[in-house]
This record gives sequence, structure tokens and C-alpha cells, in this order.
Amino acid sequence: MTSRLEFWQGNIASAEGALAAGCRFFGGYPITPSTEIAEHMAAKLPKRGGVFIQMEDELASIASVIGASWTGARAMTATSGPGFSLMMENIGYAAMTETPCVIVNVQRGGPSTGQPTMAAQGDMMQCRFGSHGDYAIIALCPASVQEMYDLTAKAFNLADKYRVPVFLMADEVIGHMRERILVPDAVEHTGRPAFVPGTPPFKPGADLIPGFPEFGKGYGTHVTGLTHDERGYPCATNPGLHAALVQRLVDKIESATQELSDFDLINPDAEQVFIAYGAPVRTVQQVIHDHPDKTIGFLRIRTVWPFPAHALALFKNARRFIVPELNLGQITREIERHTKVTVTSVPKLGGELHTPAELFAVWEAGA
Amino acid sequence: MSFEDWFRQDRLPHIYCAGCGNGTIINCTLAAVSSMGWKKEDTVFVSGIGCSSRAPGYIVTDSLHTTHGRALAFATGVKMANPKLHVVVFTGDGDLAAIGGNHFIHACRRNIDLTVVCMNNQIYGMTGGQGSPTTPRGCISTTTPYGCTEPAFDLSELAIAAGANYVSRWTSFHVKELEKAIKVGLETPGFSFIEVLVQCPTNFGRRNKFRQVADQIEFLKSHSLLKAKRDRLLEQGEAIPEDMYVVGELIRRNRPAMGLQPKEAQS
Repeated sequence: MTSRLEFWQGNIASAEGALAAGCRFFGGYPITPSTEIAEHMAAKLPKRGGVFIQMEDELASIASVIGASWTGARAMTATSGPGFSLMMENIGYAAMTETPCVIVNVQRGGPSTGQPTMAAQGDMMQCRFGSHGDYAIIALCPASVQEMYDLTAKAFNLADKYRVPVFLMADEVIGHMRERILVPDAVEHTGRPAFVPGTPPFKPGADLIPGFPEFGKGYGTHVTGLTHDERGYPCATNPGLHAALVQRLVDKIESATQELSDFDLINPDAEQVFIAYGAPVRTVQQVIHDHPDKTIGFLRIRTVWPFPAHALALFKNARRFIVPELNLGQITREIERHTKVTVTSVPKLGGELHTPAELFAVWEAGA
Repeated sequence: MSFEDWFRQDRLPHIYCAGCGNGTIINCTLAAVSSMGWKKEDTVFVSGIGCSSRAPGYIVTDSLHTTHGRALAFATGVKMANPKLHVVVFTGDGDLAAIGGNHFIHACRRNIDLTVVCMNNQIYGMTGGQGSPTTPRGCISTTTPYGCTEPAFDLSELAIAAGANYVSRWTSFHVKELEKAIKVGLETPGFSFIEVLVQCPTNFGRRNKFRQVADQIEFLKSHSLLKAKRDRLLEQGEAIPEDMYVVGELIRRNRPAMGLQPKEAQS
């Protein structure tokens, strides 16, 4: 495989990764700091036989994406906090109807309108739990322009395979920075689980995932956000059926946690271990670069949801996990419930990254 | 092919109350659809939430029963991603004009090639009879117990102003006219909007002095004013009574549209 060297902005890399993955539909609404993704798709998609449509709001954007996905198209949207909040309703619909779709959230400071041009990671819990009811999703966190490309392309494969909304939880720093990227000449493109005509359209396979009965093939699929049986028919007052459906929606993702996990272990014998995802990864990398004596451990997570709890035990000597986040400790709380090791949250609000000196000082204080 | 072939027989009986007019409208819609000679695999029904929106669940084609108010946004995605599909949307007054109002005007503005059948029962039927944006002034609902004090939306005029290519309004009494209007809507490229005033005996009629189902249908009939007659009255400088519903083909035009069938797919 040959690849070419480019110097791209993170948001452009995400759009290009989507195009490489065969995304054919983008429904979006402009919002800082994600807008470049929509603009790039508006320019490129029509020339590749795809459809770009600017919808009237984010409620409509995600709705159009779900509609497009049922015709078999790989479909996505991109947004930031305020738009993400508006999408929650139909993200739940996508989870309930098991509709593959990709949602990029270039996170900015919240709550509310907050800091449109500054980085944050304040939507990490919202992406996991933001819509009502119990469900599970997959969320990937890029820490470089390269990963904006790679993980966006990967998100489409995961969305298709698991029939679930997949989130690329980027942030303003990663979305807007420019750096070198190696663009592969092709990306892996796996399909949706095959549907066997004549079988109930929502009957899951052994992996808990049903085949995808796309529209326009004569399958006569009824899709509803109501609790439904394996035929797809509303069946909203049967307690056992509802419990089993919701449990399956969660289990199909959580039972695949090992398979979905994507993390790097750096200096696994260390006693103090940084855990980071997204932009703070860059700061931790600098700290380790500046102190190359292998005493600083690092668990660097790309797939944040489902959370790879098994990775924590791989640091056998760990006596402290240090978790820098651009929020008040959202993933810290998730880590705490999976370990007996002391967990130190290093929150940072305001839109700027931690400095390497700040993080090293936390590490040094515990050394 | 009879319109009955379009029903999902294994889903019957349906959820609609005795005397509900939605079945009449579904029958008229399916009669129009079946007269188009479309293949079932090329036809998709989309809906939002409410009594009207349960209709696609009783139809054998691919169907998307979505979230409250968002049917047109979902339908836009389906149609734009695959313009070969014929997309018909069922909606109601609450779904379309309250929570979905923004999607409605923008779908009209885009003039996207959908046919929308709105069952306007002037009430939230499914949730037990709350006031909607089309509840007439003075009418009783569970949230307007002293009579509705807000003016009602004229959905058809809204669709015309927002840019729809075809707009027609009838009532559940006018079954022949309605079927023809829906057919014209299906044939017309761009956004076609067919508003149907329909009786809801359980939640509207019973609170508003319609003792029998037929009383409300009779009311809709007697309060319908043909567009041609309305135009004549206006020409003669006569006043149009406020409680009349103007029915008929309200507009048919050929504005640029989106999501049209590719030429090679048109028969």
C-alpha cells in the first residue's frame, strides 16, 4: 500500500477519512468548531456521487442521517456541544432502531453556548448517556490529525458491524490543529451484517446483532422507536420483551468491550500511570518525552466507550492513576468504579491544554 | 392490485378508536398509491408520533415510524439518499405544526419530492385530547378547559407560503376528492401537501358537542367552502365566514424541486 503525505487540519482529515470510508450522505448544520467538516463534505460529496444537505437544525441533521442510513448509505453528521444536545433525541432513536451512523463531536467549552472556539471534553458522559433510557454506544477519541482520519474511517466500520451510533469525540484543539498526516490509498471497508430475507428483521444473531434489512429491497421492514418485537412491530406494554430488547442493545456493545478496545500501554511497570484520551494525550506524550526513564506509565485510550476497564489491571505495579481531562473528571469517575488503585483527577477548564509542567508536577508530588 | 394488498394483515386489528377518521384517510391514500402502479419495494412510508403516525405500521412496504415532529427530516434523508424511492409521509397537526413546524416549513421551502398526508383532527388524540396548534378558538380540550384562546394555524396556507409545489385540503367526508387529490400529489414533482380535516370522536367530538361521529363529519362537510366558491365570493366583495374551511386544490405549480427521481427510473 502506498500512502501520501499531507499537511491537513484535523477537521479536514475527519472529512477525508469519511470519504475514504465510502460515506455517501452528510446531513449537517454549521457550528463552531466543527464547521470545516460540513464545508469539506459540501465541496467533495457531490463530486463523488454522494449527497450533502444542510438541514434546518441538528434535530433534523441526525434525523436525515438515520433516514439515509436505512437506504443502505454510509451516513454521518458533525457538530459541537449545543448541536450535540439537540441530537440526543434521535441518537436514542438510532440506538433503539439499531441504525448505523457516525456522529463527529468537535467538543467546545460548555454548558450552553459556552466557549465556541475553545477545546473541552465536557460531552464524554453525554455521548454515553445523553439520550433517555438505557442503551450503549461506541465512542472513539482522536489525539492527532492522523487519528481524525483513521478513527473516522474506523467509526463507519464499527457503526455498520454493531448497528449502533458511533461517536468521534474530538475537541477543538485536535479539530483545528494542522499537522502532517499519511493518507493511505485505501481504508478497510467492512459491511453491515447480512439480512436473510424471510427472517424476522430484528432477530439477532449469536453476536446479538440482527442483519440489516435495508430499504428498497422489498423486505418490507417496519422500523419504530417504540419497543418492538423481532418482526419490528410495536409491542410497548410487554415487560419481558422490553427488558430483553434493552438488555440486548446494551449487551451487544458491552460484551464486545475487549474486541472494541483500542489503547496503548506505555511503561507498564510504572507505579504512577497517566490515563488520557483526546487532546490531553499530547501533553502526556510530551511529559514522557521529557522524562524518558520509563518511570512514567501511560494508558492512552482511543476507544473510550465501551470503557476498557480490563486495561487498568495491566499496570500491575500501579499505585496511582493520574487522569488529566478537559472537564471536571468525567472519565475519572468511570475509572474509579473499576479499580482499587488511587485515582487523581487533573481537571482543566477554560479551553487550554494542561502544560507538561503542570502534569509533571502532579506526577512528581506522588513520586 | 387492490389497495387492500398494501395492508399488513398480521398487524390487525389496528389501534384506532371506533369512529376515527384516520382509517378513511389511510384507505384513500393507499387507493391513490395503488393506482400509481408503484412497486412496493420502491415505496416507503414515513411518520412521526401520534395517531396518524401509526399508519405506516399497517402497510406492507418499508416504513419508518420516527420521533415526534421529525418525520419530514427523516424522510428528507431517505429521499435524498435514494431518489428512486417514492416517499409518502403520514403526519398529524400536533406532529407537523407544533413540534415539527420548523421541519415542515423547510421541507416546503426545499420543495423536496415527498407527498405528505396530514390528518388534522385539531387535537392531540393519542395522549388524551390536549389542544394543538389547529384547535379552533373556543374549542374545549384537556389543556384548554375554558376554550382555546389561541388562533389556529392554517396548515395549507403555511405550506403554500413556504413553497410547496402542490397543496390541497379536504375533509374525511370528501373521500373521492381526497383520493384524487392525493393522486395528484403523488404525481406532482416536489413537495405535495394534502391536509385532511378529520373527526376525532373520542377526544375532540365528545368535548365539543358532537354527540355522534356523524355529527362531526356533517360539521366538516357543512363548513367546507370550495376554493372556487371562495374565490367567487371574494370577487363579489363578499365576506368569507371565519369558521369555514377552504377546500379543494389550493395550489399547483412547478417550482424547482429536490430529490427528484432520476430520469432513467421514471416509467
